[in-house]
Amino acid sequence: MQRIGVFVCWCGSNIAATVDVERVAEAVKSEPGVVFSTQYQYMCSENGQQLIRQAIKEHNLTGVVVCSCSPRMHEATFRKTAESAGINPYMVEIANIREQVSWIHKDIEEGTEKAIILARTAIAKVNLNAPLTAGETKVTKRALVIGGGIAGIQSALDIAEAGYEVDIVETKPTIGGRMAQLDKTFPTLDCAACILTPKMVDVAQNEKITLYTYSEIEDVKGFVGNFSVKIRKKARYINEDACTGCGVCMNACPSKKGLNEFNQGLNNRPAIYIPFAQAIPNIAVIDPQQCLKIKNGKCGLCAMKCPSNAIDYTQTDEIVEREYGAIVVATGYKTIDLDKFGEYAYNESKDVVTSLELERLMNAAGPTKGTLLRPSDGEHPHDITFIQCVGSRDTSGCGKPYCSKICCMYTAKHAMLIREKYPDVKVHIFYIDVRTPGKNYDEFYRRAAEQYGVDYIKGMVGKVYPQPNGKLLVQGSDLINNEQVLIESDMVVLATAIEPEPSVRRIATLLTTSIDTNNFLTEAHAKLRPVESPTAGIFLSGVCQGPKDIPETVSQASACAAKVIGLLAKNTLKGNACVAGPDESMCNGCSVCANVCPYGAITYVDKEFRLGGGKTETRRVSQVNQAICQGCGACTVACPSGAMDLKGFANKQIMAEVEAICKR
Amino acid sequence: MRFSYYPGCTLKTKAKELNNYALKCVEALGLDVKEIEEWQCCGAVYPQARDEIATKLSAVRTLNYAKGEDGKLLTLCSACHNVLKRVNEDMISDANVRLKANNYLQLEEEYAGETEVIHYLEMLRDYVGWDNLKAKVVNPLKGVKIGAYYGCLLLRPSKVMAFDNPENPTIIEDFIKAIGATPVVYPYRNECCGAYVSLDEPAISKKKSNAILDSASANGADMVITACPLCMYNLKHMGDSVVDVKYFTEILAEALGVKED
Repeated sequence: MQRIGVFVCWCGSNIAATVDVERVAEAVKSEPGVVFSTQYQYMCSENGQQLIRQAIKEHNLTGVVVCSCSPRMHEATFRKTAESAGINPYMVEIANIREQVSWIHKDIEEGTEKAIILARTAIAKVNLNAPLTAGETKVTKRALVIGGGIAGIQSALDIAEAGYEVDIVETKPTIGGRMAQLDKTFPTLDCAACILTPKMVDVAQNEKITLYTYSEIEDVKGFVGNFSVKIRKKARYINEDACTGCGVCMNACPSKKGLNEFNQGLNNRPAIYIPFAQAIPNIAVIDPQQCLKIKNGKCGLCAMKCPSNAIDYTQTDEIVEREYGAIVVATGYKTIDLDKFGEYAYNESKDVVTSLELERLMNAAGPTKGTLLRPSDGEHPHDITFIQCVGSRDTSGCGKPYCSKICCMYTAKHAMLIREKYPDVKVHIFYIDVRTPGKNYDEFYRRAAEQYGVDYIKGMVGKVYPQPNGKLLVQGSDLINNEQVLIESDMVVLATAIEPEPSVRRIATLLTTSIDTNNFLTEAHAKLRPVESPTAGIFLSGVCQGPKDIPETVSQASACAAKVIGLLAKNTLKGNACVAGPDESMCNGCSVCANVCPYGAITYVDKEFRLGGGKTETRRVSQVNQAICQGCGACTVACPSGAMDLKGFANKQIMAEVEAICKR
Repeated sequence: MRFSYYPGCTLKTKAKELNNYALKCVEALGLDVKEIEEWQCCGAVYPQARDEIATKLSAVRTLNYAKGEDGKLLTLCSACHNVLKRVNEDMISDANVRLKANNYLQLEEEYAGETEVIHYLEMLRDYVGWDNLKAKVVNPLKGVKIGAYYGCLLLRPSKVMAFDNPENPTIIEDFIKAIGATPVVYPYRNECCGAYVSLDEPAISKKKSNAILDSASANGADMVITACPLCMYNLKHMGDSVVDVKYFTEILAEALGVKED
């Protein structure tokens, strides 16, 4: 028989205002096993914990029930308290009378009654609890970073700096991500390449970092500290060790009509290409859909011209399997498709561009070598209209309900850069609100409006009309002057909403981590654990978690690295004591449990059993690897013969709880 | 399959030709189209008040009549189509409107939006098909440059009307191609003509209509076609452009060779 102590917490007035805590403490005194019961204002405080420790010693308690907040909040606290007083931490149960009672009920009578029932339930369970000991698992001291943009680069560099090995997996042929495509960066207007490419070189030269570019995550198995990941290295058709990045092949290639992804498809690239001059690694790649040799066997010019014999048309994808202790997701973003925004004539006119396309049109390495020219005819534009919130803050269903956060600042940046370089160009900006909080941000925007004479118009654009004379007629409303405005522009720039890179859905499924309705990855706690995912060992870096600009991305990437380092610094991790195990006498080796186990923790062995009378038989029975089992309980539900049980949550314990609830 | 045809008041008075050409064409196309007996007003304007029931009742009567036939209600006037389609949507998705309308009308069987409301253009697209229409053309309008004028009522609200892409529609352009003419796409083709504003603020209507016609003309259109009597009125009487404005049924009749019958 257990000797149970019940401790009812007031949580100040959080619980005590809706639950008669004294009555709860009194009501459970006669429950089987209960030898002590009390209440206190703040059970989680040092005094409250002392009260528990003292009671354990004085009353020789073997089990503890705390009626308080959710176990997610303080189960760990009270388990530690009990352990320090000498009883096994798994002999502690929490009855949640805050989130499940006081916060959702108004009536004291009802609340008190429910609190008593929940207390009895926890007592019924503790009566059947047994001391459990958690096993330990080793931590693989290597991290995986998925995504090689600025978020992934920063996380990887910081983790490597602490002395741990890091692998970066990037789907594109080069690292650098979106930041590499940008021209200048706000609020200081330094060139993106100038501050990013040194970091890319650091990544390449860091001996702790291994780069898997043009590669994808194929499969993920395991758990925190022990992930096993399959990486698909897509065929580049290039011998990476031999290629020197000289670029001779690019000139030799006759198939030059591929859309240049780095320039947002604004110009073309050959079938064999290096994405941009500072690409890391500086190695060519062949687009197999475009390459004449791969498609129909006729060509091979690049192989003839290559001075280092690096081209190999027969290369195939390669699967690499690696072990990791922690995984960082840094998959980034893309701009949304504009198909649902026909009013802006994006598909009708070449002179309507997205802001990301404008970055390329203004960049020295872009299709126009940095001279801003109208895409339709290559002429110098005299009037440019920017439209903000294209698809952001949009509840119509066409766009995204959230604010993309970066557009107000980059639009101010574009306007300023254009006015600085081409003072003859008139610049108009339609906005709903200008949102520029951040260090030196509002000053930046005011500079655009006040010093650079940018025409800020509060209001939305109804329609952009391509005119027969090649101009774009922009019709919008000016809410401050309460009038309709018509502006004839040479170019229209759409501050297009950003959304998570679509591949993140697949990655999230592989990592069994959660994602919100907008496909952003969910953090473990919105305020207190912003860089961890709810799945242990998975960390979030950059825009995959929510819209962010570069400074914020870099901060988060470093925060993420700190969490990874904290994990990798441990030699072992305390495993989960609540693991599954079969009752071998009932197991018939049917394999159902192994099929449902998401962690691959279950195997089968042939075992000899005594039948009595000197006879034996050999049967196939399941076996749970306790280091791998995460205690999810899927096998206990699936087992057709009821042989599988979960320690700490055994079927009979759960039935005892149900009975306690039903008994009035 | 029989289409129950709802002409509406304007098609019997101001817009007789829209109606007459349409009927000649369905005959030429061999379609079974029968005008609803003793039809009433469609309601004229879809009421914006959420709790307005009375002005929706006559639309429900029409819809219910078509349900009793083959369940296909054919419309032609853009305004009638807009009102009938939106009231039908209310009868499907708004339990309050459905309950009250049925309580008022005391029909033999409850009406819950079973009828399909089909605009004449949708009938050509979905039931005749552009290829079949093309095959029936005896007098293709080769070389005629025609600008489609959609107006607002056929396209919006887009989720309910489900007529075509509200920003970049193609149905009338496809129609123009099918009868052998050349469509002219111009940006003002789905802008407002000024609608009823022409009654008390004719200047606004004039400005809007001229913007539409000027845009069509600047993009090379010889003619603009419409399905809406109100658009026709504004474009013809408010606009002072040289571009000709016609009902789409008139040029359809011309292409099918039944105009002069």
